[in-house]
Amino acid sequence: MDCRDPGRGTRSRSHQLVCHKREIQGEELKKFCSRVSKLLQKEDLGSDAVDALRRLFLIVSATKYNRKLEKTCVDLLQTTLCLPTCPEQLQLLCAAILREMSPCDSLSLSCDHIQNTRQLSLVASVLLAQGDKKQEVTNMGLRVFKVLESRQPEGPSLRPLLPVLSKVASLAPGTLHKDQTNLLNKRLVDWLRYASVQQGLAHSSGGFFSTPRARQPGPVMEVDGAVATDFFTVLCMGQHFTEDQWLNVQAFSMLRAWLLHSSPEGAGTPDTDDRSELEGSTLSVLSAAPSTSRLLPPQERLREKAFEYCQRLIEQSNRRALRKGDADLQKACLVEAVLVLDVLCRQDPAFLYRTLSCLKALRARLCGDAASVRALLPLAHFFLSHGEAVAVDSEAVCQHLFTRTPSELFHSPTLAFEFVQFCRDNLPLFGRNLGVLRLSFPSLFKFLAWNSPPLTAEFVALLPSLVDAGTAVEMLHALLDLPCLTAALDLQLRSSPAASERPLWDASLRTPSCLEAFRDPQFQGLFQHLLRAKASGTAERLAPLHQLLQPMASCARVVQCAEAVPTLLQAFFSAVTQLTDKALTNQLALLLLERTDSLYQVPGYEASVHRVLSSQFLSLCMRHPALVVEQAKELLEFVGSSSGLRSGASMLTSVVWAIGEYLSVCWDRRCTVEQINKFFEALEALLFEATQSRPSAVFPKCPPQVITALMTTLTKLASRSQDLIPRVSLFLSKMRTLALSPATSSVQCEEDMGAVRTRATELLNLLKMPSVAQFVLTPSVDVSEPRYHRDANTALPLALRTVSRLVEKEMGLLPG
Amino acid sequence: MVHAFLIHTLRVPQAENTGLCRVLYSCVFGAENSPDDPRPHGAERDRLLRKEQILAVARQVESMCQLQQQASGRPPTDLQPQSSDEPVPLHEAPHGAFRLEAGDPFQESRTVVWLGVLSLGFALVLDAHENLLLAEGTLRLLARLLLDHLRLLAPGANVLLRADRIEGILVRFLPHGQLLFLNDQFVQSLEKEFSAALPR
Repeated sequence: MDCRDPGRGTRSRSHQLVCHKREIQGEELKKFCSRVSKLLQKEDLGSDAVDALRRLFLIVSATKYNRKLEKTCVDLLQTTLCLPTCPEQLQLLCAAILREMSPCDSLSLSCDHIQNTRQLSLVASVLLAQGDKKQEVTNMGLRVFKVLESRQPEGPSLRPLLPVLSKVASLAPGTLHKDQTNLLNKRLVDWLRYASVQQGLAHSSGGFFSTPRARQPGPVMEVDGAVATDFFTVLCMGQHFTEDQWLNVQAFSMLRAWLLHSSPEGAGTPDTDDRSELEGSTLSVLSAAPSTSRLLPPQERLREKAFEYCQRLIEQSNRRALRKGDADLQKACLVEAVLVLDVLCRQDPAFLYRTLSCLKALRARLCGDAASVRALLPLAHFFLSHGEAVAVDSEAVCQHLFTRTPSELFHSPTLAFEFVQFCRDNLPLFGRNLGVLRLSFPSLFKFLAWNSPPLTAEFVALLPSLVDAGTAVEMLHALLDLPCLTAALDLQLRSSPAASERPLWDASLRTPSCLEAFRDPQFQGLFQHLLRAKASGTAERLAPLHQLLQPMASCARVVQCAEAVPTLLQAFFSAVTQLTDKALTNQLALLLLERTDSLYQVPGYEASVHRVLSSQFLSLCMRHPALVVEQAKELLEFVGSSSGLRSGASMLTSVVWAIGEYLSVCWDRRCTVEQINKFFEALEALLFEATQSRPSAVFPKCPPQVITALMTTLTKLASRSQDLIPRVSLFLSKMRTLALSPATSSVQCEEDMGAVRTRATELLNLLKMPSVAQFVLTPSVDVSEPRYHRDANTALPLALRTVSRLVEKEMGLLPG
Repeated sequence: MVHAFLIHTLRVPQAENTGLCRVLYSCVFGAENSPDDPRPHGAERDRLLRKEQILAVARQVESMCQLQQQASGRPPTDLQPQSSDEPVPLHEAPHGAFRLEAGDPFQESRTVVWLGVLSLGFALVLDAHENLLLAEGTLRLLARLLLDHLRLLAPGANVLLRADRIEGILVRFLPHGQLLFLNDQFVQSLEKEFSAALPR
């Protein structure tokens, strides 16, 4: 069956193959199993067996539901896997099939008698996939340790077993006894620190009697080709490697996890027995000369050697690598070294002093080297968590990290992710530096603006810690301008000299006018503000940039960012409402009004942002009702300017509703009749405008919710300033007739008009009894208490019932 | 450590009739400890859950990759196979990382590193505090090895029926999900060892 994966035509073929394997059922599967069984029972397991097992793997793995394989077949798979003479290819397939079936109750695999370590490792992979239901993981850990204990110098290779131990330690950390832990600690010390510094011999498969090499292997090299003068590490080169050099690689690869598992935090120095034994003899020596560590208990000795190893790696990572792959490895080693040092210092503060001198030098080196920026993150973490203990200020490294790094490297997707993750994970450690982090939000937003899909969720989690009263207003502006920032970052990349690593940008997009504007001195100030690295304390109005950047509004990255903004705004507001600052609430409410018609015109952006802003405006009013009175002037301007009508209905509806609800002496004693009258007049004019005007380009069709909100608010205001009642009654009855007239029905749909009509009628009826109207429309503050709605004899339900009874009676609908 | 490695299809966004996102190969290194399930189908359910988790990762990687492709203006034709002789420039391939919060879909919080090569997605599901730089390097290495040794992009290649080769590569370069610090020469040695053990 030919089946290629890349490409569309071939993809559908692989799709067919998967579907076909998935549909194999009952009889066919049975037949296939017995074929596999026959093949596995043969004396020599040839390519037929390989081919059949490959297919069996596909059959088992292609479905998420269980495959019932014949018992003989499953048994044979297990025996073949454990067969000492079985070729690797078949073992791999057997192990893979059994692993794909797991967890499965019918396996009887055991690792007790397997001598070959490679086979043992494969069996382990199946058992680990089984889960720890029958203590498989524990038993396997014990077995692997047995092999480790009994190890003869010429015994089986331990290479396949170390990763198993690492996995066991992470899956079932409690299963290892102290003896075992100590044994592994000792072995790790040997492999880490005392691996051969001579290159290995070239292995020919002839084994012991192969032709002797004419040349003796030389010493191992450093990454820059120099002869290594110190012990072997993962950054040492050679043509061939010895067994202990391979183990060195594995030992370092598992070191950090092992240190953490073998000595969980809090239990800083668990070997108190060992320590007391040695106390008299070593402790004084220890502080003087750490190199005489032979007498230390195994765990501490491992830490000591781990420390030396990391120090050597840091030194080695400063060498110029000859190959690109090695240069990448140097960076990864640097990160790991700093992470291991952090673990060591947490477990034993005695390392702090020595570590610090080494890391301070590293900090100086890294701050000048953009290529090693990834190591700055663990380094900053180190200074954040230990800086205080050793009286070293972590501010410098934080400053560097938060301001320069994002501006230069916002386009690297993995750095962006790691950076934001670093901020999120280290929040409890920031302490004094939290201020630095908060002021750097414009930098952090660059990551977000450029990489919004993977980072939106991260920022939703991070925002509550970034927001504070001092920067909230500036941050809200920045969030609303986020798509604009995306466009500006794009221009920044395009106009900067070729970056060392070509970032992924849209080369198909041609925006010469935008690039010109970006370089135009007239707009430099605005662009600089948009691309600032730290909070400036001011909020520039970026409306001119919205115009300039319009050609980029439809590019995919900008649209993606715009789609993320509503979610981010929600997160911002739920964080900001935790700050109960009245002045800030007022400022934010005004900002919402101001930004309603000042947004970057990305398709669909305005509508979705308006939905969030309008609901947030209401919740701001709810938290601080007096803001309606305090910001009366601005609110009047907003409803008078008709920008509300133009920019969609949701914000206007919220503002109008808030006026009706909170412009009252109940909420603020400073509310005057004049104020109420002023608002009444402004809203009356607005309602007139909204209902009289024909829909046009300037005034789109006025949505019925705006009309009903306006009518309700006018009625509410009239009930508080009762001289206005005749005016509003007249208006309402006009509205009722208007809603009936065929001229209006042609522009508004019938259903909408029906709603307007009903609301007008209700309000008119209510106004017939002004004192009841006031009671219903301006309920006292404690109406929100549940009692008012549950207890039929208390105020509101009672009042409403009374009103409707009276009104109905008046209309003569009720007899008597 | 790495919790899982997977290879899956990447579809052309907005194209019709391209089927579903398919996991072509996956390997989960060790089971997440599941709460004891006394019901008789415990094992079956666990397996189903494991498969669903992997598919959930594949779907997310696919959409992340599509979004990145769109954002960087790569036309979907880029997903078409090129001439198989040309080496695929892995350093320019779309790549990224994202977090999976605890409980969705794995019990613990995990990080996914991914790489998109033409119509194939490669991903590692990592424990939360793994060395991301090393993981990225390892993923690139694995992708390169798989492309070379399985000739994934060549006509007639079939990832679905080459499980032994994938396993052979993983056993050496990502044993039990352990990320290894391998310098160039260690990589070469392992590659030679692999070629000797599983000749073409």
